[in-house]
Amino acid sequence: MADFGYTLWILILPLVTFVILGLFGMKIKGRMAGLTGTASLAVITALSYTAAISYFTGGGLADGVYQKIIPFNSVWLNLTDHLHIDMGILIDPISVMMLVVISTVSLMVHIYSLGYMKGEKGFERYYAFLSLFSFAMLGLVLATNIFQMYIFWELVGVSSYLLIGFYYDRPSAVAASKKAFIVTRFADMGFLVGILLLSFTTKTFDFVSLTALDGPAITSTGGALFLGMSLMTWSMLLIFIGGAGKSAMFPLHIWLPDAMEGPTPVSALIHAATMVVAGVYLVARLFPVYYFTAPEALHIIAWVGALSSLLAAIIATTQTDIKRVLAYSTISQIGYMIFSLGVSGYGDHDGLGFMASNWHLFNHAMFKALLFLGAGSVIHAVHSNYMTDMGSLRKYLPVTHITFLIACLTIAGLPPLSGFFSKDEILTAAFHHDKILFAIEYAVAGLTAFYMFRLYFSIFHGVDRHYHHTPHESPAVMTVPLIILAFGSVFAGFLPFSKLVTSDGVPFESHIEWSIAIPSILIGLAGITVAWVMYRKENALPDKIASTFRLSYRWAYNKFYFDEMYIFVTKKIIFKHISHPVAWFDRHIVDGTMDGIAWVTQSVSSMIKGFQSGQLQKYGYVFVTGAVALALLFIYIL
Amino acid sequence: MSILTWLVIIPLLTITGILFVKDARQAKIVSAFGMGIQLIVSAVIVYSYVALRNAGVTDEMVMISSYEWFRSLNIYYTVGVDGISVAMIALTSVVVFAGIFASWEMDDLRKEFFISLILLATGVFGFFISLDLFTMFLFYELAVIPMYILIGIWGSGPKEYAAMKLTLMLMGGSALLMVGLFGIYFNSAPDGGELTFNIIEISKITIPIEAQRWFFPFTFVGFGVLGALFPLHTWSPDGHSSAPTAVSMLHAGVLMKLGGYGAFRVAMFLMPEAANEMAWIFIILTTISVVYGAFGAIVQKDLKYINAYSSVSHCGMVLFAVLMMNRTAMTGAVIQMISHGLMTALFFALIGMIYGRTHTRMINEMGGLMKVIPFLGVAYVIAGLASLGLPGLSGFVAEMNIFFGAFEHPDTFRRVATIIAVSSIVITAVYILRVIAILLLGSIRDHHFDLLDDAKWYEKLSIVSLLAGIIYIGMAPLHLSDIIRESVMPIVDKLL
Repeated sequence: MADFGYTLWILILPLVTFVILGLFGMKIKGRMAGLTGTASLAVITALSYTAAISYFTGGGLADGVYQKIIPFNSVWLNLTDHLHIDMGILIDPISVMMLVVISTVSLMVHIYSLGYMKGEKGFERYYAFLSLFSFAMLGLVLATNIFQMYIFWELVGVSSYLLIGFYYDRPSAVAASKKAFIVTRFADMGFLVGILLLSFTTKTFDFVSLTALDGPAITSTGGALFLGMSLMTWSMLLIFIGGAGKSAMFPLHIWLPDAMEGPTPVSALIHAATMVVAGVYLVARLFPVYYFTAPEALHIIAWVGALSSLLAAIIATTQTDIKRVLAYSTISQIGYMIFSLGVSGYGDHDGLGFMASNWHLFNHAMFKALLFLGAGSVIHAVHSNYMTDMGSLRKYLPVTHITFLIACLTIAGLPPLSGFFSKDEILTAAFHHDKILFAIEYAVAGLTAFYMFRLYFSIFHGVDRHYHHTPHESPAVMTVPLIILAFGSVFAGFLPFSKLVTSDGVPFESHIEWSIAIPSILIGLAGITVAWVMYRKENALPDKIASTFRLSYRWAYNKFYFDEMYIFVTKKIIFKHISHPVAWFDRHIVDGTMDGIAWVTQSVSSMIKGFQSGQLQKYGYVFVTGAVALALLFIYIL
Repeated sequence: MSILTWLVIIPLLTITGILFVKDARQAKIVSAFGMGIQLIVSAVIVYSYVALRNAGVTDEMVMISSYEWFRSLNIYYTVGVDGISVAMIALTSVVVFAGIFASWEMDDLRKEFFISLILLATGVFGFFISLDLFTMFLFYELAVIPMYILIGIWGSGPKEYAAMKLTLMLMGGSALLMVGLFGIYFNSAPDGGELTFNIIEISKITIPIEAQRWFFPFTFVGFGVLGALFPLHTWSPDGHSSAPTAVSMLHAGVLMKLGGYGAFRVAMFLMPEAANEMAWIFIILTTISVVYGAFGAIVQKDLKYINAYSSVSHCGMVLFAVLMMNRTAMTGAVIQMISHGLMTALFFALIGMIYGRTHTRMINEMGGLMKVIPFLGVAYVIAGLASLGLPGLSGFVAEMNIFFGAFEHPDTFRRVATIIAVSSIVITAVYILRVIAILLLGSIRDHHFDLLDDAKWYEKLSIVSLLAGIIYIGMAPLHLSDIIRESVMPIVDKLL
């Protein structure tokens, strides 16, 4: 096996870059800061690719099985006698795959931002945060134990918070960043309690021993039953809540569309390609534990994924802000991945869902980053996020147009683009698992094609809007990343993924099941056709359909009123019915009691203070009266 | 003479020095100089402590020295330290040092202010090194009383009311404590021998359980008042909001730690059986503190009130962890004391600096300050992130030790209490981010604020010295936590 000691630099470099840019960013010129960040990331990308190539070309194989290699591990904190938090690096197929995804997309975003963010105030801050994010995300995927993952999980959360709120003088951005942090933090509480439960059943945080087939997690009996489910199932379910929060699964998805307030390249990197798939990665990382000890949890995961993909796809068909369409599309696609893990088996061809999920993650990172960066290029050109302000842009933005079209075709699942292969494998896995879920995902495939081409036609076809300034193509520093990502989207489908990333580390043969693939292609084409009819040229059809199904349209347009429900809970219940009463109680009851005691003391003392007036005649009077009274008492009564 | 005694002598010399100088300006230079030396001495103590341990010394307390003081009652001036007290000494010297620099440019301060402030610090240092209950109590009182003068004279708002309330409530606590301590003293020789105040000697015998049942609640609650135990915490919001910056820093940063420290060093260590019996009552109260303080903080509008309620929640966490009575949770409690000490001192320093510029503490009247005072703004954000338990900063280390330690108990009661306490991490995030959003982000609400100056050198010094501690503990917690893990063992062993 190869030596992977150099992978430590993958973590050190971005951290150092962050510290340098954070401390001295103000002193150096913005452009210099950008170039520093980009150069550092280029090195990281090179290291990641080296690691991936050497791992998959034999460096990671032993006896025909991909090994889990730990080139570095050291104790960071001792918790209990059995439990200690380590910081280390775990090299295995999924972590290496994620390295490639993160470094590729991150590098593209770094380069793209040199153009997109040019002239923005806080350019160096932007690159410092990007470095922080890269550090956190890379640490997350390389984690050797679940607690290290949790630590970096929080760090990606905070870097996401900082980047969403990059334009911190905009109230909407501030609100969105706060919402993102708090919603995911709420989910992380589930994650943390899940880790607590899990670690006290298994006495370890370590991924290698957790996922070992003869390890303490998988051989455990599951622990006592609580509300009909074993303790292990509960803990895995709680851990999944953390994943669902980060990956914006229903009903914790509400932060992601708002997170689009951040700069568009950030949306491409964090909220499309990398951070939001952390939930998928988490489930994949612990997949054997889910499969063997918590099958109920896996079943729930499948349903959460399927419903998320369906509801998000429905909402996406009605939105007009192009970034929000893409955000819902992201939720929908991540739903696919989560779903695919939920229906997967373990080992060999049974683990098809696992493989397909990771493959889709890989492909999705490429095409969704491409879509976002393309959208950024469009927004850069027309200075609006709304598709109602766009149309016929294909004349002005040729490169953006072509690459965007490629991405749309990829996400719609047309062969031979990458999306087709991974989606087909997901559908195949679903078909062998559960027919209802399979049907839902089929429908989502059609919806996806429809809303993506609705987006495509509205932006690049339709009416010419008489723009104030003639829109012009973005500079090369922005279009080159688009072209590179387009290549990735086209060719990622030809990677022999089932030979690389599998549920048990053993390569297997997968092939396309045409009986499932052909109908899915047809559904995709149908979706595109409908979008073509409705949006190719401006016509009355969309409005007519919207008014015919007014009620359901309104529901979808208002995102099924999820935001309103959350506002009800936070504003009405937490603020009004918990916090205000608590504050009132504290001031008036608890403190009132204290003040009351003081008041009573004071009143009593003012009542009796007359006894010590210092007036001699009064003392004499009291003394004489008392003596007489006592004398009378003794003489007559006793 | 043990090096520890210098911790008391240096502040006293500093005070003497201040008496001889002309004005406040010179007084503050003398104070800064004295506390700078104090900081160095603390560093030397930490260093020699670690060296002693590395050399294989396994005594429970080291650097002990003892002088007879009051023969007939067997009172000694006995000092000595273990890992916990060393850590608290380091915390105190950093906070005092930062506190002096945070109040560098306050106009209305006089010589007497610095005298009282350093007198307070003397009390705190003396408390942490004492091994004799009587001496400890004396230093405790020495720390509490200057507070009345400091708030009553140099405070703001309803300062007389706040000073009176704070002092009376803490004195009430002292009264309970005195009963408890004398109870311990009179039961310190159940087999006849000589009565003693020495903690180590008392810990070797078992106080009769009937006596423990009486005196444990007195002692624990007595210390608990200072540790903001619900429902005896209400001095904290009023007291903190009226106190001048350096006093708030010292009070929330180290004085409140006296409560937590005393609770386990005295109440639980010496009366373990009663502690075990009665823990459930206090677990309920502290769980309430943790959540209640956090919810209370959500709706406050005054920066100092927010931080005061947040302190109720965080200090509640200290007592909560102490009551879990195992190694991990106890370690967490000590780290939480240090972490909270650093970050709350930082908060109060920043609030003072912001107030000095904007002349308001109402968050609604400010906004967009990040643009004009980025240094203070960034420091505030980091302090906030530490407070909500972000990994890489000190709060996280403490909380994880506490949660995992508390969860180690297999019984449902403690586990449910733990999960309730865990929920505070979400509520904390809500109020911290709310303040950051309103205070620092958004657009500048008042155009008088456009021209504010960012932090001056002395303010930066104060902020950076506190931040350094927060980041160091957060990034490399192993050093601190191993020292403490070792030192909590004698206490935990007695409690088992």
